[in-house]
Amino acid sequence: MAQKSQPGGRAGSIPLMDGHQAEPTIFELSVPGRSGASFRTTGVPPSSPSGTIPSALLRDIDLDMPEVSERDLVAHFTRLTHRQFSVDLGAYPLGSCTMKYNPKFADVAATMQGLTNIHPCQPESTIQGWLELMTTLEHYFSEITGMAGATLQPAAGAQGELTGLLIMKAYHKDQGRQRKNVIIPDSAHGTNPASVTLSGYTPITVKSGPDGLVDLAALKDLLDEDTAGIMLTNPNTLGLFEREILEISSAVHAVGGLLYYDGANLNAVMGIVRPGDMGFDIVHSNLHKTFATPHGGGGPGSGPVAVSSRLLDFLPGPKPATVGENPDGSKRYGFVQPKKSIGRIHSFHGNSMVLVRALAYMMYYGGLGLTEVSQIAVLNANWLRKRISASYPCTHDEICMHEFVASAAMLKKETGIRGLDVAKKLLEFGFHAPTVYFPLVVEEALMFEPTETESLQTLEAIADALDEIAELAQSEEGRNAIHEAPTKTPVTRLDEARAARTLISTFDTSIESARGDLT
Amino acid sequence: MAGFIPHTAGEVDEMLAFLGLSTIGDLFDAIPESIRLANGDLRLPPGVSEPDVLQSIEDFAGKNIPVSSDLVCFAGGGAYDHDISSATKALASRSEFVTAYTPYQPEVAQGVLQALFEYQTLVSRLSGLPISNASLYDGASALVEAINLCVAQTKNPVIWMSQGVNPSFRTVADTFAGGTGHEIVTIPLANGFTDWGSAGPQEPGVIVVGFPNYLGVVEDIPALISFARQRHATVVIVYDPVSVALLRSPGALGADVAVAEGQAFGVGLNFGGPYVGLFSTKSEYVRMLPGRLVGETVDRTGQKGYVTTLRTREQDIRREKASSNVCTNQTLIAITAAIQLSWLGKKGIRELAQRCYSGTEYLKGLLLGSGSRLTLTSDAPTVREFAVRTPIPPETVVERMINEGFLAGIPLSSGFERSNIHGSLLVSVTEKRTVREIERYADAIQRVVK
Repeated sequence: MAQKSQPGGRAGSIPLMDGHQAEPTIFELSVPGRSGASFRTTGVPPSSPSGTIPSALLRDIDLDMPEVSERDLVAHFTRLTHRQFSVDLGAYPLGSCTMKYNPKFADVAATMQGLTNIHPCQPESTIQGWLELMTTLEHYFSEITGMAGATLQPAAGAQGELTGLLIMKAYHKDQGRQRKNVIIPDSAHGTNPASVTLSGYTPITVKSGPDGLVDLAALKDLLDEDTAGIMLTNPNTLGLFEREILEISSAVHAVGGLLYYDGANLNAVMGIVRPGDMGFDIVHSNLHKTFATPHGGGGPGSGPVAVSSRLLDFLPGPKPATVGENPDGSKRYGFVQPKKSIGRIHSFHGNSMVLVRALAYMMYYGGLGLTEVSQIAVLNANWLRKRISASYPCTHDEICMHEFVASAAMLKKETGIRGLDVAKKLLEFGFHAPTVYFPLVVEEALMFEPTETESLQTLEAIADALDEIAELAQSEEGRNAIHEAPTKTPVTRLDEARAARTLISTFDTSIESARGDLT
Repeated sequence: MAGFIPHTAGEVDEMLAFLGLSTIGDLFDAIPESIRLANGDLRLPPGVSEPDVLQSIEDFAGKNIPVSSDLVCFAGGGAYDHDISSATKALASRSEFVTAYTPYQPEVAQGVLQALFEYQTLVSRLSGLPISNASLYDGASALVEAINLCVAQTKNPVIWMSQGVNPSFRTVADTFAGGTGHEIVTIPLANGFTDWGSAGPQEPGVIVVGFPNYLGVVEDIPALISFARQRHATVVIVYDPVSVALLRSPGALGADVAVAEGQAFGVGLNFGGPYVGLFSTKSEYVRMLPGRLVGETVDRTGQKGYVTTLRTREQDIRREKASSNVCTNQTLIAITAAIQLSWLGKKGIRELAQRCYSGTEYLKGLLLGSGSRLTLTSDAPTVREFAVRTPIPPETVVERMINEGFLAGIPLSSGFERSNIHGSLLVSVTEKRTVREIERYADAIQRVVK
């Protein structure tokens, strides 16, 4: 396709200059024959693959990679960063995502050569520092969650969930039990039921009571000899603590089931209560939430899984551990395979550089500091909840934990302004939007999680902005402005239906879905 | 307050008063008293300052022996010691990319979304398949998702897995098959190639092969594809995204799904993670695609923009009916790979692969010179790594070579039981290795095996 190349030096796509021009793709900036790459001088004599590899397997046309100068490459990606919101720019009260400030010392920790320049298959004698670091993190994580040991391999929360469920399955099998079902509340994260299916169990939904909590009587009706366990988030996705957790855990344990703790909401309870003490047997944590590792625009995360002592033998392996003593009396570390291990989860040892950051964060705070983190996270959520409750009431108007679910249902009924509109308008006030339409049990849900790193002044400004939006919704002119929002962003509201109808997921192809069944 | 909590004591009091509470502990009244911790009950070392934390981390780092000019890396096996451009390092550490969340509000996430769109395009060009997702956790998880996708298509849960697929990936696939109930049958290697003829009578729904395989061998994919077609099996190719600059792409060869570990593009060794799983497939399979997908659209003014699309595939909407539970992926690493690939460009990626090939061939030649005590495990053609048999256990070779200043390679043991590859050493040469390093390595390894 002969196409005129775009100028790499035009900055019209960034808000500082104009902001409303599209940023060309790297492919449109490409000029045939141009190159930015440079290679070291090695003196290695070149040889031709056609000498050894059958021609039927050799490529006859070069891979079509972009042909740009380094200058244009840097300009392009830098402009993209100017079209991107981030925690470093401002408040991100996205419920369930714990978008707290990511301390910069963790970046420094994660770029130390003694950690980064390590091949994952180096012999144990050369990776004693890494093994000790991982063993230390396992200890911190186990203590915070009240568990006996952990695996650091899972690369994200969802992978942690599946890991935990496979451990549950291996345990029941080892006990000679046939179990079929895993119970999940209707307010659960979507990953929970998906993970249950992939573990080979059947998810069974338990309804929440009118108080937003698991209905204990309904749960007891579901529990039987087929129950493998239950997955709970506590506090749950409404930001409410399951008050009857001890009754729940006794009831599940009474039928031989296990309790799985989805640690997505761990930021509410560090140093205040431990999942292990609540009766949970398996816990995963999203390190990119609670322990402030940056989320990278959607990853890498990390989802370690901690377990109670009776499940230690089932943990994934190989697993870092103390294996003996050196002649000087210091500990010697190595990899061990737990006796009844479910096997390997990750290509190597997990998202190692994320693990370093999390450990640095935990060491910085210590036990008392982590407790304070949770206290202030909960204080911030409650302050904001109460402050906006006149316009955006919570279905459950009570003390919440680290997040709360307000509703725009009243606003919608009175003015036609939906939760999504509120979210889009909030962007114009300089704040990221809350999570909308989750959990599914709340109409027009607006889920806010301010985290402990936002100041009172920031909370006040968010509340003022929300008030102003509710006020604007009262007039037709205001409503029109809300429906148009956002207008100052690099693009306005995007046509999501069109994206699904004609799928253009690369620069090269588009796929029409005439049947519309892609959507 | 401590650390990154901005609140003054006065503000905490003011906020509690606003809530009608007297102490911060009142916020936690919903938690049963019997399990509430008291302050200090967490038995962790007390918190310390930033410099103290960094000192501790440096102490850990100091107990490792990193790859460097004093420990020259000849190990590969899915994690390669490549040069990374300074531009890639600078751009990939931009905090707008680093500290953003998943692009749930596309109007303020065009940076990440467009970068992922470009990444998807680059991955599709590498793989030769039109649909690529926005990344998966790593090569192993990409393989697991590929298997799940193919079984959902063929409804036949029998998987023929070449022994030439990375043994770590294979064990991860085994672990997750414990949940899905898929039956994975390992097909052994013979002279470096997968011996498909040795498979049992059970018809496969999915066939998985490495290209080049873990031993660097360029497998005969066209023969496998026709073999698979006769059996109505889908084919997953686990490819090396650098070698593919010299080799025909998995898509051109007829793969239904192509997956790879993308660490080679701008990502450090990093003790194995975070890396990035590349995943591509045919258009017909798009509705079952795991993970996120970015699509192009327009805004209300007709301006081009990007969104995550076909969201109904995903776990948060489909819940228990979803064929994958992936939500968080490896976005930052995917963006890093896209930047490094764009920096390499059309000429650069070919040159990169060519240099890896040349270095590998040069070392091979040196190791097999007259009087050598080493032999190749097969005479099959290879691209960027090869397995060599040593007269003493490869673990001992690796330990002794450390004293000579080399990370000699990866001992092949686990995953190659009962095969003639067991007990050999996997050696890889990247574009970073100079002729002097290669020659010194060849001398040293002859010395240590004596």
